Amino acid sequence: MKTVNLSEVSIRELNQALHDQKAQCTEETWTVLEPKGQHNIACGLDQTLSVDIHGHAGYYCAGMNQKANVTIHGNAGQGVAENMMSGVVRVKGDASQSAGATAHGGLLVVEGNAGARCGISMKGVDIVVKGDVGHMSCFMGQAGNLVVCGDAGDALGDSLYEVKIYVKGSVKSLGADCIEKEMRSEHLAELTDLLKRAGIDEDPTQFKRYGSARGLYNFKVDNASAY
Amino acid sequence: MSEDTKTPAGLRESATFDRNTMHEIRRAADTGIYDIRGFGAKRKLPHFDDLLFLGASMSRYPLEGYREKCNTSVTLGTRFAKKPIELDIPVTIAGMSFGALSANAKEALGRGASIMGTSTTTGDGGMTPEERGQSKKLVYQYLPSRYGMNPDDLRKADAIEVVLGQGAKPGGGGMLLGQKITDRIAQMRTLPKGVDQRSACRHPDWTGPDDLAIKILELREITDWQVPIYIKVGATRTYYDVKLAVKAGADVIVVDGMQGGTAATQDVFIEHVGIPTLAAIPQAVQALQEMGMHRKVQLIVSGGIRNGADVAKCMALGADAVAIGTAALVALGCNHPKYDDEFKKIGSAAGYYDDYQEGKDPAGISTQDPELSKRLDPVEAGRRLANYLNVLTLEAQTLARACGKNDLRNLEPEDLVALTVESAAMARVPLAGTSWVPGQKF
Repeated sequence: MKTVNLSEVSIRELNQALHDQKAQCTEETWTVLEPKGQHNIACGLDQTLSVDIHGHAGYYCAGMNQKANVTIHGNAGQGVAENMMSGVVRVKGDASQSAGATAHGGLLVVEGNAGARCGISMKGVDIVVKGDVGHMSCFMGQAGNLVVCGDAGDALGDSLYEVKIYVKGSVKSLGADCIEKEMRSEHLAELTDLLKRAGIDEDPTQFKRYGSARGLYNFKVDNASAY
Repeated sequence: MSEDTKTPAGLRESATFDRNTMHEIRRAADTGIYDIRGFGAKRKLPHFDDLLFLGASMSRYPLEGYREKCNTSVTLGTRFAKKPIELDIPVTIAGMSFGALSANAKEALGRGASIMGTSTTTGDGGMTPEERGQSKKLVYQYLPSRYGMNPDDLRKADAIEVVLGQGAKPGGGGMLLGQKITDRIAQMRTLPKGVDQRSACRHPDWTGPDDLAIKILELREITDWQVPIYIKVGATRTYYDVKLAVKAGADVIVVDGMQGGTAATQDVFIEHVGIPTLAAIPQAVQALQEMGMHRKVQLIVSGGIRNGADVAKCMALGADAVAIGTAALVALGCNHPKYDDEFKKIGSAAGYYDDYQEGKDPAGISTQDPELSKRLDPVEAGRRLANYLNVLTLEAQTLARACGKNDLRNLEPEDLVALTVESAAMARVPLAGTSWVPGQKF
């Protein structure tokens, strides 16, 4: 196991060392100490590494992650796991706004709450939030799943495309073209699997499913009031 | 003064409610929806034609036009990138998406740019293998929609352009209408086939210049600080935008004036938002100079560049390079008169066609229709673009030599005068025959 203390090593040195593992993987398990909210920690990874960050991370931690398993033992700043392609990113604390933004794949787990715009423009990632999510979450979400075990803020799923949203608690309001949908057996099975993969013990039958009404997929003047 | 012989004498057209204005009112009344179209601003604007060069004579020493060298190369991204981008000519190809354009058109742009040793640029929707394969120097646009955005392609790029806006629609997002969404485009953008693909007007994971600074650092970290990072803005509050872009850490700033093209935007947006390219350049240069960053952070200007004179005038005003979009498409064959009959069948005419969003382009450029796309031979069209780029370069060199400059970047505002008070004020050069720059002291 390799241990890197960010009070002694720069973000550039850490990231370069992690990136170098793509060409030749010499160390699979990494521990990062004293992150102190610095930005861009462990972004752009492209190897099956396990990276544990002990403390709070700033913006874009694990951004564009591929293959790696990154755990933040603290809170994460804006855009954690943004544009992730694959792998797993887990935030033990809370995540700031735009968690998992535009992510194409992999699994993002937030064990605390997530701020505004969680899963904005998501393109295939699975996001599981144990707590609440803020307003405008899943705005223009294209593909993937968003699971919220707590409550969702205003305008959930506004202008949604094909993301499936599961919420256990209350939804303050739904965004344009987002509606509650029937929870069929295949959705229960999918939700059960998502919760299991996230390691979160919740009863899937307590959730409601939301998705796109697909009414805004093509511009119609009759929908002008919705825009 | 020439007379309008088509209109009977005595009939007087209103300057306020002219035929085009009445036509638009009737169209709006018929449909209830605003007009969406491609191309750029069509209204007359103060432009580079309003400037003239002062060739050398007694007080300046010219260079021999056919013998003495005039350097055209430019290096972009010298501020932070380990691998700045080296261009043989200071004319680049602006970002245009596969989706808005056919695959053959994108390939042709790459071929033409590569022949001339310059760069081309992706667009909304990501990077295609054909485009990467045919573009020796490829700039990867990082857009709000992040359609097709992935770190593998990011690392294949020779530069990254963070797009905040474009001249045709500063403050607006984009729209690729469903009729242009093929299986391949749908797959690249992770959306169902046939739906209108809306491109957001703002980035999803940052909200201001301080956030952007961190975002740029993230992009640098992911690419190990190898490639330059550009910031592209539509020309509006250019002085402030350029200062903030420098502060955010840009290697290169791209300023796109309101004559810049678009694939699909509301007509009201194209014609009424932004400022002319001519007005934007001095603002950008002033901002860079005040920060001590002129020539250290390179400036690319786009929006209505048509000939070598435009290129030279941009550079004289302080740009390091220019980008062309509409002109490059015309060089490929866009709006070509040989398709006039077919343009008429779809309610347009050669030279006027701007409904790029409909995907019916007879020239096979702004379409995804396989049969129409086949009409554009990417090899021949690439050659045409290379020829055109060559002419732009030769023309710009001709003017630079006449001003006694052995490098296009040695052109300066002192080489220019303006024909109109408006252009003198915008370009900040004297009205021809005077020493008067409006807005400045005598």
